[in-house]
Amino acid sequence: MIDFVAGPFQYSFMQRALIVSALVGFLLPIVGAYIITRGRAFMSDALAHSIVVPVAVASLLGFTSYVTAVPGGIAIALLMGYLSRHTGISDDTSIGVVFAGMFAIGLIILSISVDVNPGRAINIEDLLLGQVLGVTRTDVLVSLVLTVAVAAGIFLFHRHLVFTTFDPVGARVVGIKTTVVEYVLLALLALVIVIGLSAAGIVLVMAMLVIPSAAAYLLARRFTGVILIGAAIGVLSAVVGLYLSYYANWPSGPAMALVASAIFGVATLHKRAFPVKSEE
Amino acid sequence: MNNQPGITVTDLTVDRDGFRALVNVNFHIGPGNLVGVLGPNGAGKSTLFGAIAGVLPITRGTVELHGAKGRSGALAYVPQRDSINLRFPATVHDVVMMGRYCHLGLFRHFGRKDREIVRTCLERVGLWERRDALIEENSGGQRQRVFIARALAQDASIILLDEAFSGVDVGAQEGIIEVLQSLRDEGRVVLLATHDLTNLAERFDQIICINRHICAYGPPAEAFNPEVLEELYGSHGMVLAHSHMGGETHIETHMNND
Repeated sequence: MIDFVAGPFQYSFMQRALIVSALVGFLLPIVGAYIITRGRAFMSDALAHSIVVPVAVASLLGFTSYVTAVPGGIAIALLMGYLSRHTGISDDTSIGVVFAGMFAIGLIILSISVDVNPGRAINIEDLLLGQVLGVTRTDVLVSLVLTVAVAAGIFLFHRHLVFTTFDPVGARVVGIKTTVVEYVLLALLALVIVIGLSAAGIVLVMAMLVIPSAAAYLLARRFTGVILIGAAIGVLSAVVGLYLSYYANWPSGPAMALVASAIFGVATLHKRAFPVKSEE
Repeated sequence: MNNQPGITVTDLTVDRDGFRALVNVNFHIGPGNLVGVLGPNGAGKSTLFGAIAGVLPITRGTVELHGAKGRSGALAYVPQRDSINLRFPATVHDVVMMGRYCHLGLFRHFGRKDREIVRTCLERVGLWERRDALIEENSGGQRQRVFIARALAQDASIILLDEAFSGVDVGAQEGIIEVLQSLRDEGRVVLLATHDLTNLAERFDQIICINRHICAYGPPAEAFNPEVLEELYGSHGMVLAHSHMGGETHIETHMNND
């Protein structure tokens, strides 16, 4: 049993994978708590798919993906926030258009990059589905730096995010710049998606962002509880997913999403069995 | 006198979504006033509050808030039921604590003093016992009192309550009015917008009847007359009773479903 649990970590690639998985499992549901209570799950999925564009550009030019993914991701996030407010068509429609268009452009640039840089281009399957077993030292370092940036952002803006999420008009009346707060959240979202890409992949990074916090939402009574329980479920899903990825040779994104979904199922059953009683 | 709260609105015109929502609105409210803002749905009550609160652009005219200059949180807004995100799991205590946000710096978090203020405000509206209840677990009347406590925690001297009586039964409306009267007695300016005043009109010091412009402004007995009610509610509104009984004016308006 000890061998089963500790054995894999004699390899340095597994140690790196564990660090990145734990960071992803911890950080994504924290930002996810704000996302699900603001009804922004679809935007986060769209943003994850759109980040394929800057990643593909890096692959084409032969850069490390972070060089373009971090600024590109933030730029796309802000663009989506702007378009969802100003296009005059419904929020989800405009996000859907950007989502599909960006994903298509990204996949085409990626396929060109495979021809231009054979052998050096990013593997499409790894990018889409995540391959946490393949993370490099650079991935670990960048993930740590981005984690610190996101944690600082949340520390500074938590109160503003809470107020604007709960009562947007009241927040504006007391002088909170709700648009700025929305853009800060979108920028933080872009950063956590970049961190999540190597572990969860583009297709399933939303799973780690939304499912643990959704399960926590069913279990916790207060928002702080959603954040803390969500982070715990996220770390558990990511680490168990890492083992599944190692032993069953599954891509890590689907493995983590599967564990998170199973926990969500259990949380739903728990909620049905023990509905919270109203205090009326 | 300059530190006394008050509102002066001069020639206010506001366009909203390509539509002239308010035209040439003028009024002055001095300190220690409880004012009912009455008008049908779409009359511009929320627009007026938005303009006073500084969250809607003014097309023409001015809004002056007295006693609020340079004071953070001097004006508080109690939102309409629909503009609150009930998906957000906040307790009564959490919501009142939001009133302290504007008194904190960027790097500071809540301290003992903030918690004491929140407790005092919740006790004042009679909801300290319900501090751990989620906001969605409260009745409409309790919810309004939670937001009034938030305005108190904010230390606001001007309080705007938007559609404060929707989803609130008549008994609970009475309780809200009592709390608001005690705030008025401290010199605060309280504006409450509603499309239906039922029989509470005489509990206000002043009534502003609004339907894109000011139809009447004054004490309840003066502001209401059949012409004003006709202007507010048109032929759809029926004045059920407008009679003087024992020196008090009893006014009930009945709205049909639109």
